Amino acid sequence: MSNLMSGARMLLECLAREGVDCIFGIPGGVTLPLYDALYDYPIRHILVRHEENAAFAAQGYARATGGVGVCCATSGPGATNLVTGLVNAIMDSVPIVALTGQVHSKLIGSDAFQEADTFGITRSCTKHNYLVKNINDLPQVIHEAFYIAATGRPGPVLVDIPKDIFQSQAHYAPVSSIHLPGYKVYTEGHTGQIRRAAQMMWDAQRPFVYAGGGIIASGASDELREFVELLDAPAVCTLMGLGALPSSHPNFISMPGMHGSYAANMGMSHCDLLIALGVRFDDRVTGRLSAFAPHAKVIHVDIDPSEIGKNRTPDLPIVGDAKRVLRRIVKVLRELQPQEGQRRAAARAAWWNQIHVWQQEHPLVPAVSSSEIKPQHLVAEIDRISDGRAIVVSDVGQHEMWAAQFIRFNTPGLWICSGGLGSMGFGLPAAVGAQFARPDKLVFALLGDGGFQMSIPELSTVSSHGLPIKIIVVNNGCLGMVRQWQELFYNNRLCGVELECFPDAEKLAAAYGFNGRTIQRPEELSPALEQAARAPGPFLLNVKVSPHENVYPMVPVGAAIDEMVLEDPHPVPVPK
Amino acid sequence: MLQVISLLVENKPGALMRITGVLSCRGYNIESLTVARTLDPTLSRMTIVVDLDANLRSQVIKQMNKLVNVLQASDLTETPAVTREMVLLRVRAQLPTRSAILKEAEIFGARVVDSSVEGFALEATGAPEKLDEFIDVMRSYGDIEVTRSGMVAVSLEAKRLRLAPPIPTKNDALKSQPLNGVING
Repeated sequence: MSNLMSGARMLLECLAREGVDCIFGIPGGVTLPLYDALYDYPIRHILVRHEENAAFAAQGYARATGGVGVCCATSGPGATNLVTGLVNAIMDSVPIVALTGQVHSKLIGSDAFQEADTFGITRSCTKHNYLVKNINDLPQVIHEAFYIAATGRPGPVLVDIPKDIFQSQAHYAPVSSIHLPGYKVYTEGHTGQIRRAAQMMWDAQRPFVYAGGGIIASGASDELREFVELLDAPAVCTLMGLGALPSSHPNFISMPGMHGSYAANMGMSHCDLLIALGVRFDDRVTGRLSAFAPHAKVIHVDIDPSEIGKNRTPDLPIVGDAKRVLRRIVKVLRELQPQEGQRRAAARAAWWNQIHVWQQEHPLVPAVSSSEIKPQHLVAEIDRISDGRAIVVSDVGQHEMWAAQFIRFNTPGLWICSGGLGSMGFGLPAAVGAQFARPDKLVFALLGDGGFQMSIPELSTVSSHGLPIKIIVVNNGCLGMVRQWQELFYNNRLCGVELECFPDAEKLAAAYGFNGRTIQRPEELSPALEQAARAPGPFLLNVKVSPHENVYPMVPVGAAIDEMVLEDPHPVPVPK
Repeated sequence: MLQVISLLVENKPGALMRITGVLSCRGYNIESLTVARTLDPTLSRMTIVVDLDANLRSQVIKQMNKLVNVLQASDLTETPAVTREMVLLRVRAQLPTRSAILKEAEIFGARVVDSSVEGFALEATGAPEKLDEFIDVMRSYGDIEVTRSGMVAVSLEAKRLRLAPPIPTKNDALKSQPLNGVING
């Protein structure tokens, strides 16, 4: 039997072997042969309305499943439109494979129609990228791309494929193995370091666990829970790590950092051992680095060796996969469990006591008003309906921070946001990807009125697939986070932040063929959210919230994280 | 004092761009860079000279080691290594100075690779500081034109090369059977 096939078909065969069941993309001139092969190939193609959204949707899909998301774009503008999405994926370590068409091999470098140097442009925004010059390399490259995207510290990989490679024919033999001699993944962790870490943990009086996206990427939630329980240590989860430890777990404090809770930031600032697991000491977490966790020895576990010592030099580094390392640490912790349990228990009780005092001094409590809908109230109501179980996909800004503060996530893969890059317009397309990945789940797309207006075209994707996404617009009539900074740090000189002329939500949703509603009274909030959640299809709920709310606590840029601004400074400065 | 990073890399398009990208994206300058094939034609040896403090250098080398095309990146600054550079130099030489130039060249161990009535082309190898002196001396004889190769280095320690083993590919079954006509049509 002949196995002569086109490059396009070969690509699809490889995707199928990698377990791909859907691709988010937009076709174009040079990917026509690929789309011709897709016509009757059992991998679903989801047509989005902008290539950037294809990359975001692939990330929503990847984060909701824990697998690799796939997006596809044509050459030139299609590929350049992917760039923001690729940077988002590399910043948040999300495994996606981006497939781009390229002009005919013979035309590369001739300024051909819709030509761009995709390979060059995306070099710094991918974990690795390829330009396929020979059809016989194609299967190998595709399997390498998936392997690189998914393993180690996950990230985006782009494969640029010229049109003639899609069209030409070659004999296809499934690739049984790949060899990347320079791509080393260190998973196990150093045995001696693990032993020393366990001893440091038992020796500490005030241990504090700082867990991040690495826990979720490695599927180490169960191990994390076992670990914090055994050590009886308080734990925070970063923005990327929310859900790594169930929000309802008694050891879970909340999120740390710029908009973290008082207790989380005080705990970090006063601990004597900081156990950093799958985190990168991001500036939004550490505040002024020189004043971060000043009394603490630091144990840093990360799969990426270049994260070790990048921002904070650890006292004890462990390069490895969080799941495997935590398993081994728990084992050694049990072996080394000290005899003088009582003395340790007393020290730990004092530490917990202090944490509880901080929690009671400045708890995170959502603002509620009887005259207007506070955005915190809205987010708290979503939390009530979700009960720690719904997928919440957030856009970027104030609403994202409130969601991170008030919405509980009891398993990983429920909280999907744009963390490191902070790309507005992420929320709705990522929700599309998440809902395709998890059709069984209630999915909220929580968007600001700014980010929503960047992603309105995707209402069409939502509607055409009848995706039952609950689109909640936290509408304060402005770019809230920018306004907050202008208020606090630029003398309240508001410039370029007012979003006038928001479309009528009911009419907008109706124009796309589904239901929408605008509310602005607090008593409407619960019924409207329940109406949205019960709706069998998509629902657009535009919530006009108090326009003046700001996110607190807040650590000003350049301050230490224990120098939080806890509430609005009054009076608000008058512009000069 | 400059520092030397030595890399063993896959000889693939884009590899050089990825490696220099680690430096350029942080705004660091490259003092010199040489690259050529090794005994194994699929691999290249690259020597990069930089001016970075130890912390930054260690960070940069970790980033380079992360690159898929890099088999090994190592810092030769503190380890025993031999470093050499070559210079090709054209000096204008009139009759009265010709023999003096040749004598100086001999002192520096330079070879004459071209001789004409206008002057000489000389080739010298050595430590970069030595070549600086050589160039200074030659300049005292008149106009010169200089091309330096950039530094090459070889470590005197046998550092074990750790390579990743081959990995079997996934082989998922198709989620559904091909349809006659339409899934996406």
